[in-house]
Amino acid sequence: MRFGFSITRFAAIVAKEFIQMRRDRLTFAMVLGIPLLQLVLFGFAINSDPKHLPTAVLVQDHSVFSRSLIEAMKRSDYFQLTSVLTSEEEARDRIRLGEAQFVLQIPVDFARRLLRGERPELLMLADATDPAATSSALGILNDLLRRTLDRELRGPNEWLRSRVGAARLIIHASYNPERISQYNIVPGLMGVVLTMTMVLITALAITRESERGTMENLLSTPVRPLEVTLGKIIPYILVGYIQASLILAAARFIFQVPVAGSVPLLMVVMIVFIIANLAIGITFSTIARNQLQAMQMGFFFFLPSILLSGFMFPFRGMPVWAQHLGEILPLTHFLRIVRGILLKGNGPREIAPEVWPIALFAVGVLMVGLKRFRRTLD
Amino acid sequence: MEAADPKPIIDVRDVTKSFGSKIAVNRIAMRVQPGEIYGFLGPNGSGKTTFLRMLCGLLTPDEGEGTCLGLDIRRQAAEIKRHVGYMTQRFSYYEDLSIHENLDFVARVYGIPQRRRAVDAALDRLGLSARRKQLAGQLSGGWKQRLALAASLLHQPKLLLLDEPTAGVDPKARRDFWEEIHRLADEGLTVLITTHYMDEAERCHRLAYIAYGRLMAQGTVQEVVANAALVTYRIAGARQSAAAERLRSAPAITQAVAFGRSLHVSGHDRSAMEAVFRDVLGPDQTWEPIPSDLEDVFISLMRRAEDNFK
Ligand SMILES: Nc1ncnc2c1ncn2[C@@H]1O[C@H](COP(=O)(O)OP(=O)(O)OP(=O)(O)O)[C@@H](O)[C@H]1O
Ligand SMILES: [Mg+2]
Repeated sequence: MRFGFSITRFAAIVAKEFIQMRRDRLTFAMVLGIPLLQLVLFGFAINSDPKHLPTAVLVQDHSVFSRSLIEAMKRSDYFQLTSVLTSEEEARDRIRLGEAQFVLQIPVDFARRLLRGERPELLMLADATDPAATSSALGILNDLLRRTLDRELRGPNEWLRSRVGAARLIIHASYNPERISQYNIVPGLMGVVLTMTMVLITALAITRESERGTMENLLSTPVRPLEVTLGKIIPYILVGYIQASLILAAARFIFQVPVAGSVPLLMVVMIVFIIANLAIGITFSTIARNQLQAMQMGFFFFLPSILLSGFMFPFRGMPVWAQHLGEILPLTHFLRIVRGILLKGNGPREIAPEVWPIALFAVGVLMVGLKRFRRTLD
Repeated sequence: MEAADPKPIIDVRDVTKSFGSKIAVNRIAMRVQPGEIYGFLGPNGSGKTTFLRMLCGLLTPDEGEGTCLGLDIRRQAAEIKRHVGYMTQRFSYYEDLSIHENLDFVARVYGIPQRRRAVDAALDRLGLSARRKQLAGQLSGGWKQRLALAASLLHQPKLLLLDEPTAGVDPKARRDFWEEIHRLADEGLTVLITTHYMDEAERCHRLAYIAYGRLMAQGTVQEVVANAALVTYRIAGARQSAAAERLRSAPAITQAVAFGRSLHVSGHDRSAMEAVFRDVLGPDQTWEPIPSDLEDVFISLMRRAEDNFK
């Protein structure tokens, strides 16, 4: 006589898991605490407006406009003029060495072309490794430029004023071409938080059974590995959704992130990502001998996820080998999905290429996990 | 007709299990009849727990074969688990679940019909109905054991495996426990129980003694004692500890243990032992033969195992 999957046993495990989750203050704190902490750390810390950013100027056109603009920059809180440069090479060096966060280049013939109405370019070199600093400062500069020009374009040149931007500010951001900012980070946090908690919580939930000796009892009953595994996964899927909703709400209402795409679509796709992370947690738990080891493995997975996925550093800025590694990680694809849906308004067609790698990963890992699940204590 | 020779509940041969290079259970054979209370004794680390785990499908034996409840221990572990109640050595129910929740979980996992009624009845029998909401982790050691026994009986198993169920339990509770076990056995339940207590060993119908993973003796208490062919004397008189020292160093004497004001001295060769007494003991010390008890026998078995297998 064979004993297949039993709904009753499965339901028993789910119910037990929910009770234990409710009683376990630490897990409960982790479930709510991690997203909140991360929101505060990444969301608000980045929010602070930096000031007095070291700025160099490369003036190749000595006109009244240039002088006036530089004066305006000096007066503003955001820029601190550190040096006046003479060559473009020097400008690049300053940025590379981190001596200047910005270099403003006023090109030759700026004034003449301005007066002819040719909308000349002003070039701003920016070190965008700290995206928040960069983005607010650039906003300020645009404002300064418009006001300076409005002031200086008088008399017969007044006609230039009304036009949208008599000059164009061209920003050349190095190191962080995608200019990851709060808009990028807060939705990205959803993926990071899910990775962290889903992997850790499941890994701990299962190793806890072996560590406390309850696994011996569980294995002496008729429960089957699949029932235990699924029974432990289901409650945490719910936890994942609670966390995701929390962050989504924070993104929308606290950080004012515009939501361009469909939230329901995001919620549906998210299940694949959550399952992938739970699968890792389960697989870790089948390898780890105790909760400490499970915890260590969790962090071992978490670190590359956060570093190589494009959350911390722009994906395209990473070396090729790191990009290849990153492509394997579910977080990399999930970040593209979240940002795609929330910021760019992507639909199912655009995100499909990012969904299947996560699914593939989940299936692969889950197979390892189920295979390794010890039906006995051997 | 059939009843004269019923099918054994446990019938295994050559069961062996190693962990790495260490052989924890070494070619053990065991046969337990229905309704029997079978005691399983042996020093710490002798392989008792490992053996029980193999019987209920928690570990796969490296070698050996046999049946448990008529089911093959290798191939039908899943089916065996449904009819065996296993009470682990260490409390292994959920400390963060209440008494009621633990019992309810067990009842659901075994798919017990009329679950609520069964759980309530178990709580009543335990006398824990009033404390059903208390977390299992907050129970005292003795109560945990009672809870574990109740939980392992919930699905009405045909075989009960108890791994040191009375360790750390007070004498009154132990007595109650054994009364319950005998009552269950009278109803037809078969019980295999490990223990370190001699009085408990004597309450078993039959017993087995293992040391270093090997079966050293098997049978009723009387058979085990008789088969050991151990000779024991009681020595009375002054200066017990000094005498014990000297007696122990003699090859003819396997053990000398103090019991109150007297010494129990065991060996195998009656005349050689008496020669030692005449040589070593003072004039104020007397000796008289007494029947060996189970403890004398077990200690001597353990010594023998040490000499042979260590
Ligand atoms: N999972 C395991 N891995 C490695 N060695 C083990 C394992 N389980 C038991 N052993 C070893 O096997 C031997 C027998 O252990 P076992 O727990 O069966 O002894 P026991 O008779 O139950 O002892 P006690 O009376 O102390 O409970 C011991 O030496 C123990 O260290
Ligand atoms: Mg043991």
